[in-house]
Amino acid sequence: MKNRSLISINDHTKEELIGILDRAEKFEKKPKQHIMPQAVVATLFFEPSTRTRLSFESAANQLGARVIGFSDTSSTSVQKGESLKDTILTVCQYADIIIMRHPVEGSARFASEVATIPVVNAGDGANQHPTQCLLDLYSIRKTQGTLDNLNIALVGDLKYGRTVHSLTEAMCHFNTTFHLVSPEALKLPSAVKHHIKEKNLEYHQYTDLMECIEKVDILYMTRIQRERFTDPIGYEKVKNFYILKNSMLSNAKSNLRILHPLPRVNEIDEDVDSNPKAYYFQQALNGVYVRQAILSSILGVEPEN
Amino acid sequence: MSEKRKELSVSAIENGTVIDHIPSEKLFLVVKILGLDHFDSPTTFGFNLDSKKLGKKGIIKVSNKFFKENEVRKIALAAPNATLITIENFEVVGKKSVQLPDAFEGIVKCVNPKCITNQQNVVQKFQIIDKDDLKLHCVYCEKFTKKENFEFL
Ligand SMILES: [Zn+2]
Repeated sequence: MKNRSLISINDHTKEELIGILDRAEKFEKKPKQHIMPQAVVATLFFEPSTRTRLSFESAANQLGARVIGFSDTSSTSVQKGESLKDTILTVCQYADIIIMRHPVEGSARFASEVATIPVVNAGDGANQHPTQCLLDLYSIRKTQGTLDNLNIALVGDLKYGRTVHSLTEAMCHFNTTFHLVSPEALKLPSAVKHHIKEKNLEYHQYTDLMECIEKVDILYMTRIQRERFTDPIGYEKVKNFYILKNSMLSNAKSNLRILHPLPRVNEIDEDVDSNPKAYYFQQALNGVYVRQAILSSILGVEPEN
Repeated sequence: MSEKRKELSVSAIENGTVIDHIPSEKLFLVVKILGLDHFDSPTTFGFNLDSKKLGKKGIIKVSNKFFKENEVRKIALAAPNATLITIENFEVVGKKSVQLPDAFEGIVKCVNPKCITNQQNVVQKFQIIDKDDLKLHCVYCEKFTKKENFEFL
């Protein structure tokens, strides 16, 4: 991926995705590798996301790179009405790579078109979040030993959940059977389902999680976000639909692992945390290795073996 | 009446372009998106004309006008079955169906209000995913804009 931007998981081949995962394994074995001491990484967070930003900054620091940027726009020229184009062109003078989080959908693609340096999309509204997707893939491969021929349940907000969109699109490379569990109002958008249909993969839709819980290898839980609802009654109606409790897992497959992009609200009961099937905290840790792999790959630096 | 006579039944033009096979209900849309309502050469519109292909069709005859590529794209997006007939000295010198491109910029709005093209000064970019059903894929926000949601710029 040398010198390329990472905007949408759809831009990359199966081989490129696997290449990042293989590279991330090397960083998991040895996280502190000061192989990019000359690099300046700009983290531009036009909306706050502490978790993602810290993960990127930790990845950059472990590689020996320096980090500049902002974690929200309150003290920047964006507040004064500066266009995204101008902000990006300015930052290009100061950094080697841009990590960008922005609430507007398509903003990262646009930034990559105007930028003279590579851009990594750290979330553009409800659209894409490819680094989260890669860490999800990494976690799936690590817990199942393979990415091929798995049964995956995606649960919760499938309409607005961008991590679900990216993951679905990526897993279409691996002959996945999809189990889509959501309230009627939050079903997977047709633009995402298009990818499943294009590959002729099997998928099932449910409103009740229990209908598929015994069949799946991965249970990918998502939060039903209050801010996605324009109407508060709509949120109240569905918010408790999909709460995973330990008792629901008694007949689950032994290799089942539960993933969640975090933060959770109440969609996974705390009584699941001690179940060996719960993998969401380790999943977050994998994010640093994957982001080290992404930064080093784009800047063309090889990890030690 | 012969086919040729029928074609000329609205009014013959000396030089210019005839846009034929426009669905009747799309006639005024095509007029509007091409800006023909502000055009200064003689222009004739007909609609509810009998058509084997469409049942009822509309037709536009514009004198001294030969459409550019971007205008042909606009016509194709509003009326994918339209035919463009080029006239010189009262003779038909060219006849072709409009063609949808694989990708294009501008022309219609992305349906997603949260898309960068609807928030900042960014020109729309689409890929046409399904030419029969006219489904557009926004290069930026990756959402589909379907033909029933087309809002021409
Ligand atoms: Zn869009």
